[in-house]
Amino acid sequence: MTADENSGSLLKPGRLRTETAVELIQLNKWYGDFHVLRDINLKVRGGERIVICGPSGSGKSTMIRCINRLEEHQGGQILVDGVEVTADLKKIDEVRREVGMVFQHFNLFPHLTVLENCALAPIWVRKMPKKEAEEVALHYLKRVKIPEQANKYPGQLSGGQQQRVAIARALCMNPKIMLFDEPTSALDPEMVKEVLDTMVALAHDGMTMLVVTHEMGFARQVANRIVFMDEGQIVEANVPDEFFAHPQHERTKLFLSQILR
Amino acid sequence: MTMAEGDLAVAEVAFVRRATIAPRPPPAEMTGAIGWLRANLVSTPFNIALTVLIVLLLAWAVPEIVRFLVIDAVWSGSDRDACLWTVQHREIGACWPFVWERLPYFIYGSYPIPQRWRVDVFFLMLAVGVVWLLWLKAPRRDLGAIYFFIVLPVVSYILLTGWSAIGLEPVDTVLWGGVLVTIVVASVGIVFSLPLGIILALGRRSRMPAVRTLSVIFIEFVRGVPLITVLFMAGVMLPLFVPEQYSPDKLVRALVGIAIFASAYMAEVVRAGLQAIPRGQYEGAMAVGLGYAQMTRLVILPQALTVTIPNIVNTYIGLFKDTTLVFIVGIFDLLRTIEVARIDPKWATPVTSTTGYAVAAIFYLIFCYGMSRYARAMEARLAKGGRR
Repeated sequence: MTADENSGSLLKPGRLRTETAVELIQLNKWYGDFHVLRDINLKVRGGERIVICGPSGSGKSTMIRCINRLEEHQGGQILVDGVEVTADLKKIDEVRREVGMVFQHFNLFPHLTVLENCALAPIWVRKMPKKEAEEVALHYLKRVKIPEQANKYPGQLSGGQQQRVAIARALCMNPKIMLFDEPTSALDPEMVKEVLDTMVALAHDGMTMLVVTHEMGFARQVANRIVFMDEGQIVEANVPDEFFAHPQHERTKLFLSQILR
Repeated sequence: MTMAEGDLAVAEVAFVRRATIAPRPPPAEMTGAIGWLRANLVSTPFNIALTVLIVLLLAWAVPEIVRFLVIDAVWSGSDRDACLWTVQHREIGACWPFVWERLPYFIYGSYPIPQRWRVDVFFLMLAVGVVWLLWLKAPRRDLGAIYFFIVLPVVSYILLTGWSAIGLEPVDTVLWGGVLVTIVVASVGIVFSLPLGIILALGRRSRMPAVRTLSVIFIEFVRGVPLITVLFMAGVMLPLFVPEQYSPDKLVRALVGIAIFASAYMAEVVRAGLQAIPRGQYEGAMAVGLGYAQMTRLVILPQALTVTIPNIVNTYIGLFKDTTLVFIVGIFDLLRTIEVARIDPKWATPVTSTTGYAVAAIFYLIFCYGMSRYARAMEARLAKGGRR
């Protein structure tokens, strides 16, 4: 599966079987007594880029972490490309194979080199021969512009480089959908742009993306829709221009007035 | 120029650095032997006191030890007369001829003399296995692992206990002794305790209540009982309840006891390592689609075991020394053979016991210090791997 070196695309996203990439229906979740997600309904079409924002503790991360079952939900349904996410381990594996995720703190494996980090899942989950997996890994490392770091350990890289490795690692599984959980929040200001650029390139290639972020510039540039959450609910969702120009809900107005200068 | 360039930043509102300041070597008192002494031996009054105390201690102990083991030692002779000051009329140190004469007994115990080559072959095979496995640049270490964990135990078992069908005369384990027993007990304990400990540690952290409860009960029960009790139960009590023909060999019972005991301790050591792994590592592994077994084997355990190497080796060293307790059930390990030999009337002198114990001390020191050094080297190597 060596992708064409000369094509400008970051990747060819895995093809979805259905029109709807992710569908959340009446999603509810509690941490003990605390109702973190309340009646969430969200439908993400294939190729759509959704930016999710909102104050901390509003349930944004929890919501996208439910999609690949890093969190369990207690009510409602989650459909990922037609597969319902339940306690069934087979379904969970199936979903995780098709959904890539990038974390705030990178979560790279510190005992493996950058190349090994990327090749690990293709080898063990996709059962790809080691050599082929390493070619795939190197391909994506080139795409995120750090092939020269392939044999270093994550601890030797800067935050921005680590996050790009994390993106490459997720892409090596050739996912249909990518989840980003505050990918630039833990980065030094100087490193944010290189990560955002990588994500923009990914968006241009037609990847279905759900991005939790406070980078409003990125949202304006890339998002098809912006979803604003507060207290575990979706308060407002709209196309970026409308969202920024005419926020409807009071909470949205307050939030925007606080983060936009 | 009256002001240093740095002062300009204060003196004037606008400041632009024109040239990069070149790095300079550190001041002389920070480097070299003087710097090392300053930093390590005499940095604070407390450190100075400690340094003086340690120097005094060494000055007191080392000459005594050297005098006894080397200068005043007796190097040749055929019986106790060589080591008696009433006969020799001089200061007598270690009685080495006693050690030379009893050395085969210290190494093989009562293993039949014509069959002792089998023990030598076992030592050699074990040495090859240890080097193959521990020397990181050795070729085909995967084969080394198979050799060490599968081939070696089977072949050693056949070799040491004998198999009439291939012409190896059976040797009852009551005849085994000395270094042979110490090494067998220690290696069985070391080889079995780590995998068992890992399984118990994972069990204790399992989400399944039955698995978790069983692991906790096992670990807490075994840790709550002294090793001597475990050995005593295995060696003395078990035969009272089980008909003799079904009761396993005495040495085997002790080996099982030690392996179980060590694995409970190892489980807690490994658990500490598992707890040091951040949640993000689990999530990162799950998010790329790895299952529980793959995640544990490829991501979690390598990191958990690495951070616990010092504790694992610590447990191993403790285990190695604890093997001397098998004497309680009448198994003749190295220390026990020395105990027996030192009361031999042929060598009855005031220095015989001390000499014998010195041999034991040197033996245990070499092995334990070797383990400790290897662990240090491993840590240093892994730290170089660029982990944060």
